[in-house]
Amino acid sequence: MTGLPEGCDLFTPGHRACGGCGPALAARLLLKATGENVIVVNSTGCMEVFSTPYPETAWGVPWIHSLFENAAAVASGIEAALKKQGRSEKVVCICGDGATFDIGMLCISGAFERGHDITYICYDNEAYMNTGIQRSGATPYAASTTTSPAGACSPGNVRQKKDMPGILAAHGAPYVATASIAYPADFEKKVRRAINTPGPCYIQVHTPCCTGWGFESGETINMAKLAIETGLWVNYEMVNGVVEKAKKVKRKPVEEYLSRQKRFQHLFKPSHRDDLIAEIQKIADANAERFGIDIRSKEPIE
Amino acid sequence: MLEIMEGSHAVAEIVKRCRPQVIAAYPITPQTHIVEALAQMVADCELDADYITVESEFSALSACLGASAAGSRVYSATTSQGLALMFEVCFNVAGLRQPVVMTIANRSLGAPLSIWNDQQDSISLRDSGWLQLYAEDNQEAVDLHMIAYRVCEDHDVLLPAFVCFDGYVLTHTYEPVSIPTQEEVDAYLPAFNPYQRLDANNPLSFGMYATPDYYMEFRYEIDQAQHRAKEVFAKAGREFAEQFERDYSAPVEGYRLEDADTAILAMGSICGTVKDAIDEMRDAGKKVGLLKIRMFRPFPADEIADALKGVSTVAVLDRNISLGSGGAVGTEVKAALSGSGTAVYDYIVALGGRDIRKKDIAGIVDLAEEGRGDMFYGLRTEVL
Amino acid sequence: MALRVGCAAPPGKALENKTGTWRVFKPVFDPETCNRCGICAQFCPEGCIRETDEGIFEPDLDYCKGCGICEEVCPKESIRMEKEEK
Repeated sequence: MTGLPEGCDLFTPGHRACGGCGPALAARLLLKATGENVIVVNSTGCMEVFSTPYPETAWGVPWIHSLFENAAAVASGIEAALKKQGRSEKVVCICGDGATFDIGMLCISGAFERGHDITYICYDNEAYMNTGIQRSGATPYAASTTTSPAGACSPGNVRQKKDMPGILAAHGAPYVATASIAYPADFEKKVRRAINTPGPCYIQVHTPCCTGWGFESGETINMAKLAIETGLWVNYEMVNGVVEKAKKVKRKPVEEYLSRQKRFQHLFKPSHRDDLIAEIQKIADANAERFGIDIRSKEPIE
Repeated sequence: MLEIMEGSHAVAEIVKRCRPQVIAAYPITPQTHIVEALAQMVADCELDADYITVESEFSALSACLGASAAGSRVYSATTSQGLALMFEVCFNVAGLRQPVVMTIANRSLGAPLSIWNDQQDSISLRDSGWLQLYAEDNQEAVDLHMIAYRVCEDHDVLLPAFVCFDGYVLTHTYEPVSIPTQEEVDAYLPAFNPYQRLDANNPLSFGMYATPDYYMEFRYEIDQAQHRAKEVFAKAGREFAEQFERDYSAPVEGYRLEDADTAILAMGSICGTVKDAIDEMRDAGKKVGLLKIRMFRPFPADEIADALKGVSTVAVLDRNISLGSGGAVGTEVKAALSGSGTAVYDYIVALGGRDIRKKDIAGIVDLAEEGRGDMFYGLRTEVL
Repeated sequence: MALRVGCAAPPGKALENKTGTWRVFKPVFDPETCNRCGICAQFCPEGCIRETDEGIFEPDLDYCKGCGICEEVCPKESIRMEKEEK
């Protein structure tokens, strides 16, 4: 049906993502999980741009891009149409954190409140990368971006990440999960669960961006893993608003994650900002406390 | 059979018979009774459609876009601020070549806030790629919806359309209208046959981005489709006339234009008042006629020039203002008649619900014949 | 080629864009030490590492951008990045 060569992934090579792109891996894993019976709605952003300069699409499934902020509304209409036509395709949005946390919030809230049977996936690379690394509502505390630059009187981004999974769980979403490209099987499993759960489901997948964060392209997976291992990113599932599973870790100090990224370099040079690093450590500690991710002695690893 | 009904309900009745599968509409900013009536029809199982109660007009048109791309006939209605909120999506729907039909209950745009009638809202979207049809009365509004679906869904067109009728003046007015039966509508309007759709059995990527190597060609093709729509509209109008004995096949329509020295150009419900004024002026021996513009996009420049051959003076009534320039219709009519020797004067009238009466029309004709125009008409100078 | 209405295209078109030309370093796979776990293929953002009929893994150099993720994730250290001579 796709006309793609034998053995070719549904998200095909030839796309124009940077080498080592986290979102590109997320797109590939997403389609591995959904298979062919899906319709993808993609917001404007890196993924849309690197995968579809006319006519060179990398998508082997039906795909539509309309605007930056309306993927959830477009998906609502697709879902309604499929229902009236008696069709079986799953409807999946894949949108960046800017499209999700910021400009698309209205459409997402409406779609989730109305209860459409859609799965909304946010590939979270923690800033507007396509346009030059500007801060979004998903940018972590103290990250330096082009619109939240660190400076003599600024620590970089002054706010913590918005709790988007919590917000969507509060809409009554039956299934909300976070995932990471460092754990592909887990991400794929969550995608399959989401698309097979009736109603609006949300997955936020951590997709490090070597260009925007400032690390070598080969380090993408290492960085995603370190986010989990420091407790700055927690992989968990929420079923009907209740956290059911969170990935446990033997936590490492946040410094191990921060020191390897250019966006946090101002925490180490010219002077070692113990105060800011301690603030970030507190965020990781709070995550660990909230989700109970610390592996203590004699506790089995999940 | 004629029935007396409110304009909004008449439109809802015909939309129901056009069998949209998905309706997405937001009820406010400001709205008419159209979508409320459709919601009731869905609730009563009279209309087998999915009615999406979106959280904004922005999402209303976005949802229509998605449903249309998935292969369903769709419908929405809006006006004024709501249409302004849809601005970005409007361009996108046309660019993605989705045959969405949307009713515009023409009303003014703020600030200042005004919920009353003029045509600033739809006129402001004249460059968006949507066909624009303007109804003079509720019967025409009803009929143009059927024709609009036929034209938009034609594979030679594949563009969306606004069916515009004046807010309050028509939407909230009870008039006798003939609503075609379901069987009659089915005979005129075939089931939606999408040119292409989002479909796992035949995957396509829709709405890719275009580099400078392709962008202009895509815009050119939309423009070409607009021009083709004129012929498709004429054919659909002729077939409509054969079936229903009401003829809308011409993009412009003259009234007592033969032998006229002066012509008034207007769109929408104001044409009724103009016709009455013309009858009185004719009785008084003045050679005056009306050219009503039914189709504003694509713009019927040739048809306007043809219809006004032999007319020496034209007065355009613009119920909109391109601030800093002039009325949008007047500007385009001047371009259409350039070099013809005909004098064209533009009058900004009846903004924000200001009444316009027969004596105002006569006053405008006098002004035009004196060579005075390109002005606001009917300003309350005492408050300035 | 006629433009497709709505800026649409069928699948497979990106395959015409051979991103292998971007590469500065290329991955060299050592079939001797490879334990055939497939982790390299799993993590490749291009999806251009394939299992051969012999059960070993190799990159499709038409598309490999040389990012080096495969080298990083290989548990057997059987992939090394080598500056490419062009």
